[in-house]
Amino acid sequence: MDWLVTHFAAIVFYTLAAVAVLGAVGVLGFRSPVYAALALLATFLAVAGLFVLQHAELIAAVQVLVYAGGVMVLFLFVIMLVNVRTLPREPQYLNRLLPAAVGLAILLAVLLGIGLFPLALRAPASSAPLQQVAGQTLGNTEAVGWSLYRDFLLPFEVVSVVLLVAMIGAIVMGRKPTGKEGDT
Amino acid sequence: MITTAHYLVLSLILFALGLVGVIVRRNFITVLMCVELILNAVNINFVAFSRQLGDLTGQVFVVFVITIAAAEAAIGLGIIIALARLKQTVNLDEANVMEG
Repeated sequence: MDWLVTHFAAIVFYTLAAVAVLGAVGVLGFRSPVYAALALLATFLAVAGLFVLQHAELIAAVQVLVYAGGVMVLFLFVIMLVNVRTLPREPQYLNRLLPAAVGLAILLAVLLGIGLFPLALRAPASSAPLQQVAGQTLGNTEAVGWSLYRDFLLPFEVVSVVLLVAMIGAIVMGRKPTGKEGDT
Repeated sequence: MITTAHYLVLSLILFALGLVGVIVRRNFITVLMCVELILNAVNINFVAFSRQLGDLTGQVFVVFVITIAAAEAAIGLGIIIALARLKQTVNLDEANVMEG
C-alpha cells in the first residue's frame, strides 16, 4: 500500500503515456478514418490527463474542450460528409517508404532530444508554486489569465483574428459552388 | 519521480509517430490527424518546461498552439470537403492540379 502511495504519480504517468502512445500508433495503423479518429481521441484525453498531472488544469480543460470536443467532432463530421466508404482504397505503395520515414523520424527525434535534454537536466525542477501574481498566490486559471491579458495581449488579439480568418476561409471553401461568380 | 526528461521522451515518441504518419499515409484526413499529434507533442514539451522553470509563459503558448491547431483543422477539413466534391477522393496524390 505504501508502495502505491509513493509511486502514484509514476503509475499515473506511465499509464497515460502508454494510452497516448498506443493511440498515436492507432492513428497510424487503422485503415478506417473513424477508428483513427477514435484512437486520436484517446491520445488527446491521455495528454489532458498528463496536463492535470503537471498542475496545468486550465490547459487540460482547454485540451478536452477544444481538441476532444471541437476538433474531433469536426473530423468525424467530415468523415461522415465525405462518406469514405464509397471512396477508392488508399494506395499502399508508399509502405515501401516506411523504413525511410521511420529512420527520418528517429533522426529528427534524436536531434530534438540532443537539443532539449541538456535543458531538461540542467535547471533543477522548481517546486515553487507557479501562481505568484503581485505577491499573492492564485489558481492556475487565474494566473494564466493574468499572464495572457497582461503580457500577451497583442498576440492574443492577433490569434483571434487568425481564428476569424480561418473560420471564414473554411466556410468559403466548404460551401457548394453556386456557379454564379464565373469559375471561382 | 517523474521529471521533465520523462515528458520529453514521451513528446519525442509522439512527434516521431506523427511525422511517420504524415510521410507514409496518403489519406488526407489521417495526415491532418498526424499533424495534430505533432502539435500535441509540442504542447507536452511546453507544459513540462513551464513546470520545470516555474514560468507560466509556456502554458500561455499552449493556448496559442491549441488555437492555431483548431484553425488549421478547420481550414484543412474545408479543403478536404472541396477536394472530395471536386475529385471524389481524399487521396493526397490525386490533388495535383492548381486549377479546379
